Amino acid sequence: MHHTTAGLRRPTRLVASAAVASLVLGMSACGSSDDPTKSAEQQKLGEGESLTITTFGEFGYDALIEEWNAANPDIQVKQTKVSLWDDWKNELNTNLQAGSGLPDVVAVEGDFMPALVAAPDRWVDLSSDEVEGRWLDFKEEAATTPDGALLGYATDAGPEAICYRADLFEKAGLPSDRAEVAKLMTTWEDYFALGEKFVKAVPGSAWYDASGSIAQAMLNQVEFPFEQADNTVDVENEELKALYDTVTSHVPTLSTKAPQWSDDWSAGFKKDGFATIPCPGWMRSNIRDNTGDPAPKGVVWDIADVFPGGGGNWGGSYLAIPKTSKHQAEAQEFITWITAPEQQLKIFASLGNFPSQVEALEDPELLKATDPYFNDAPAGEIFSNRAAAIEVQPYHGPLYSDILGKFQDAINRVDQGTDPEKSWGTFLSDVAALQ
Amino acid sequence: MTNSTAPAGDAATATSPADGRPEPPGDRRRARAAGDRRLLRRQRRSRWDLKLSPYLYVSPFFVLFALVGLYPLLYTGFLSLFDWNRAYYVRGEFIGLDNYRFVLTDPVFRKALVNTFSIFLMSSVPQVVLAVAVAALLDNRLRGRTFWRMSVLLPFVVAPTAAVLIFGSLFADRYGMINQLLTEVGLEPIRWHVDRWWSHLAIAGMVNWRWTGYNALIFLAAMQAVPRDLYEAASLDGAGRIRQFFSVTLPMIRPTMIFVIITSTIGGLQIFTEPRLFDDTPNREGGPDHQYMTSTLYIYVKGIEDQFYGRASAAAWILFLIIVGIAALNFAITRFLTRRSVS
Repeated sequence: MHHTTAGLRRPTRLVASAAVASLVLGMSACGSSDDPTKSAEQQKLGEGESLTITTFGEFGYDALIEEWNAANPDIQVKQTKVSLWDDWKNELNTNLQAGSGLPDVVAVEGDFMPALVAAPDRWVDLSSDEVEGRWLDFKEEAATTPDGALLGYATDAGPEAICYRADLFEKAGLPSDRAEVAKLMTTWEDYFALGEKFVKAVPGSAWYDASGSIAQAMLNQVEFPFEQADNTVDVENEELKALYDTVTSHVPTLSTKAPQWSDDWSAGFKKDGFATIPCPGWMRSNIRDNTGDPAPKGVVWDIADVFPGGGGNWGGSYLAIPKTSKHQAEAQEFITWITAPEQQLKIFASLGNFPSQVEALEDPELLKATDPYFNDAPAGEIFSNRAAAIEVQPYHGPLYSDILGKFQDAINRVDQGTDPEKSWGTFLSDVAALQ
Repeated sequence: MTNSTAPAGDAATATSPADGRPEPPGDRRRARAAGDRRLLRRQRRSRWDLKLSPYLYVSPFFVLFALVGLYPLLYTGFLSLFDWNRAYYVRGEFIGLDNYRFVLTDPVFRKALVNTFSIFLMSSVPQVVLAVAVAALLDNRLRGRTFWRMSVLLPFVVAPTAAVLIFGSLFADRYGMINQLLTEVGLEPIRWHVDRWWSHLAIAGMVNWRWTGYNALIFLAAMQAVPRDLYEAASLDGAGRIRQFFSVTLPMIRPTMIFVIITSTIGGLQIFTEPRLFDDTPNREGGPDHQYMTSTLYIYVKGIEDQFYGRASAAAWILFLIIVGIAALNFAITRFLTRRSVS
């Protein structure tokens, strides 16, 4: 035994250093020197091959892709779903870095679109006569480069209303009728004041789902939230600080203190955790999934045709085609079809994601649509009104999505008990480290 | 293996002159000289064979290591000296040691280092102690031995992601199982995701759950190789079970001990999946205040999320040097301690 020990000594050291080296640094191995702006050689889809598309959250594409596949035997489409945008964003970044591994069609959150526009020659220019004027102006502008290249086809838009628990409103002695509720929260002051009343009447419950979602809602009404028009980062502006102070000052009383999308956040839907939530069309499927369908006994969700401080748009995604795709023409054909007004109307009917296509918005069926899960609220009419109420289109520079992440961190720190001023200081240094 | 090839080569050389080909008529001496030369060549070749083949036999590891270990290592060092173009994901200008300066003065990196060591100590130390204990128990004559051994290994088979999901519902702050139990008994709930040290404990718990059984099996294998007559002799000398464990088992499994301690040090300083998935905020940066961000997570966040590849590479190199240092220290300490316990 003893002589083997001596024999082990050297190899152990070697193995150890080898293992250290490959483990620690192995993850940084990628990074290609190929020109990332070069388009891949185009190929025909072979037998058994299919176009790939990766979406996040719930795009409502399952049934539509089945329909497409049945009608287009030569262009079969396969979808991969990632549950959270932030996770998909990291994977997307990794693949962009490696220059490979991307699907033919990439779903991108609206906030990330400026990053694509900042590196336009990595993406296929999708502009064509067929889709000219298909989308709301602001959606199309956000995906268009200064040179006029269109880098993404918009899927949905996110005009925000307020979704609320009518049963909890009743319990608190507040009016629960959606028209009356709408009158009570036209400004943020009124909204917060009503919240103070609510949490006094229903102790143990919060007024809104997360400080982060209120922050996001308010950010969507600021013209230059993080960056100036020339893309210089400016987070020390008064408007942003005032917004931050407002949100953090209500943390102790009105918020659930759970981070958005966390386990505790999801559980709050079922457990009378909170009474209201900023509600873009696509949020409805989250509410439905987290609360349970059919809703637990006594739980009544409803939608009020109002948004504090005017309108606001939260999210709404795009489909883009990276130049690494070998089937760009087929991919473009597919996304032209799936973002067409008819398809988006089907998604609106089944899931609630609100279309961003002009023609779909004028559709009489859409205007008549009601949502049985939300106490038969006239969802079509409400979200159309909310879309019309949007006045400010916040400017999003290429760093918007990254800074937003740091801002959400800052709010979450306060939720967890950090002093707001200290957390603001960390936010400033986090943002500085991004430049 | 190398020993057995050498005689075979010699034998081949010895028989080869008589390979039956008719010798051309002519000067016999010249022919013999040519034969001698051929013989010499063959001998030389066989000597090379003797010298070279061992290296060829071990070369696959080193070739592989050069490809997947050394190359990335050097390339990372190269990248760490450059700026990074965030929009196009390509290398930018040469900036010398700026990235190192950034990382070393970044308070977040320092915080991540402290977290790493805290989680490492909370996981690796109890893990090794517990693994030895479990192995010692399994080393007894048990009924259904394979069953017990396999069940110790079970957590290792579970994908870490799945494990974190399960632990996530245990450790959730408001509606988690542990906190609901605590409040049931009238205790204050623990803020697992908020308080720095509690979060470290939760993460160390997941790591230990996963690795203890694996290490126990390695220890068990080493213990079974200990000659049984040593125990016989010890018991004849009047040593009890405990004394036998400390005076026979522990010294005899010393090489394995060193191996496990070094590998778990390396692993412990590179904990990544657990803190990343434990985080319930959308950014997943080891908590919004980086309460449980580990240094590998820092590298990931800098490289993938924030898109500063150069800074991430610099951090990777710093971490690499730290780990090499710790592994060496660990090796020295373990050798010192186990040597003393032998005497």
